[in-house]
Amino acid sequence: MYKKIMVPVDLAHADRLDKALTTAADLSRHYKIPVCYVGITATTPGPVAHTPEEFKSKLDAFAKDEGAKRGIDASSLAKVSHDPSVDLDETLVSALNEIGADLVVMASHVPGVPEHIFASNAGYLASHAPVSVLVVR
Amino acid sequence: MSDQADMLSPDGEANIIETEYEVGQDNIQTNIGPFGLDIHNPVFMISGLTIVAFVLFTLAFQDAAGPFFNDLRGTITSIFDWFFLSAANIFVILCLVLIVTPLGKVRLGGTEAVPEYSYTGWFAMLFAAGMGIGLMFYGVSEPISHFSSSLAEGAGSPESWAPLAGAAGNEAEAQRLGMAATIFHWGLHPWAIYAVVALALALFSYNKGLPLTIRSIFYPIFGERVWGWTGHIIDTLAVFATLFGLATSLGYGAEQANAGLEFLFGWTVTDTSKVFLIIAITAIALISVVAGLDAGVKRLSEINMVLAAMLLLFVTLVGPTTEIIRGFFANLGAYAEYLPSLSNPFGRADDNFRQGWTSFYWAWWISWSPFVGMFIARVSRGRTVREFITCVLIIPSLVSVFWMTAFGGTAISQIVNDGYTAVSDASLELKLFVMLDQLPLAQITSFIGIILVIVFFVTSSDSGSLVIDTITAGGKVDAPVPQRVFWACFEGLVAIALLLGGGLGALQAAAVSTGLPFTLILLLACYAIIKGLRSEPR
Repeated sequence: MYKKIMVPVDLAHADRLDKALTTAADLSRHYKIPVCYVGITATTPGPVAHTPEEFKSKLDAFAKDEGAKRGIDASSLAKVSHDPSVDLDETLVSALNEIGADLVVMASHVPGVPEHIFASNAGYLASHAPVSVLVVR
Repeated sequence: MSDQADMLSPDGEANIIETEYEVGQDNIQTNIGPFGLDIHNPVFMISGLTIVAFVLFTLAFQDAAGPFFNDLRGTITSIFDWFFLSAANIFVILCLVLIVTPLGKVRLGGTEAVPEYSYTGWFAMLFAAGMGIGLMFYGVSEPISHFSSSLAEGAGSPESWAPLAGAAGNEAEAQRLGMAATIFHWGLHPWAIYAVVALALALFSYNKGLPLTIRSIFYPIFGERVWGWTGHIIDTLAVFATLFGLATSLGYGAEQANAGLEFLFGWTVTDTSKVFLIIAITAIALISVVAGLDAGVKRLSEINMVLAAMLLLFVTLVGPTTEIIRGFFANLGAYAEYLPSLSNPFGRADDNFRQGWTSFYWAWWISWSPFVGMFIARVSRGRTVREFITCVLIIPSLVSVFWMTAFGGTAISQIVNDGYTAVSDASLELKLFVMLDQLPLAQITSFIGIILVIVFFVTSSDSGSLVIDTITAGGKVDAPVPQRVFWACFEGLVAIALLLGGGLGALQAAAVSTGLPFTLILLLACYAIIKGLRSEPR
């Protein structure tokens, strides 16, 4: 039914993502399809990594770890955004097209990006992405 | 500093600084109503409260505050004129040295980093942030001031405001000296000041892995202490200078735009109309702030660059074309000829010019440098140091020369050749429009002039809010959007309060006074740049 699952993650708050990650892994095993973890970083040093390159390697390690732990086929994609406070949603949509996923599993807000009045990230994706979006609360 | 390039290496090789500090570790993440916040605790609170206290103080004790800050500025720019002039010379020399030495090969972001913005987008942004608005204000007025004071009887006497010894009675020489002095204030020196701050920030953030805030530059000097109170003070000072610089400029900008509108459409200048303009500028800035860096400030900067280029082209073609083109090279020559004596910090007799113009300008550019430098740094990843300095120092300087030649040259030619003196009689904020009035299609070009003034202010307010937000979020660039909205509104409110209560001049003087401590900071930054670049792979 599905080909690939995209799971947006925030490495700074990976501990709070467990429910979404478990759900994605269950679906992955059920449909026997791969999962791609997508992370977004700015070019400036942040809490997770000093550079985009370091961010990429950490995300990669995270995906390998998750894949081994949960027994699923996992990969990762790191996207760089000039202005993550604003561009996060659009960057997620472009990541979706880039990896060709047709199902998104995500926490209601990418944790760590505090809720704000403009839109929830999952809300934006659900209304703008051309694929199914499962919002985990 | 560690020499090992381990798994932390950025794109390609670079030399990361190992520190225990994690970006955002001192931040508070909380929710106030529907608004999420992610702020650096001491810096956000202290700078916010200090600014409110300062505004209240200025409003409450206007009679005392105005003279106090003006005296402070006057004292600083006249006692420390040698210091400002020498420091600015050092910045220019450092930049020129970096272009020609092998250190220029270092790439910001690591050896393999690629630029994120095209040349046009990048240049538009750094120009709009750097001096777009100033060129609108002073493009006509400053060449005329120096020309007139140099030409006047008694030029070169202690009472005269003429640069150097002036050129009393000699029209051609007064013109050359006037243009050289103007270009001196808008050429290599201001851009070198910006370049130093921007380069230091970009280097310590992209290559060394430290957070994108002013304090990171001082890691080589203070070590881990920059994450404590030493750093809090540096960052707070930067926020302070940026916000007051922006708010006072916003106030003056509203006055110029309003004067232009009155000149053009007969709109009367009242407090209400100025407040309305500030609100309108802030509202457009808010839309741009919410739209983000790429869709907001970058797009506006590009629009502005096109408009400014059209206006420049128009004045060149419709004005005295051959004179302007010949003038460009003649003025470059005059600039080169007078540069050594104009930049000489010692043993000069032109106190009024040196202290009242040059020293004031240097202090003003320096107090703006945290804002402009940080913004330039934010968009410059992936450039080599040589490319960076060429584009931040040499090209903008040439554009300034051309701009001053076209606008100032045309106005001087109107005075000298046509005997049209309205320009020199007009008030400062009207000179541009009066000059345009003598050219064809004045209604249209003046209107474009007003639009340019307004949009340049929007981009300043917008990029300023981004910068203040990043500093008060401890270097995080992914803080929630309402924080930027807060700073943009705050700027507008401070500007309105000062405009209505009086005291724009007083706080501008206060902002300029921060130029003195920042000059020290910039000199330390020069040391940090050399030390940092030498440890980078080339």
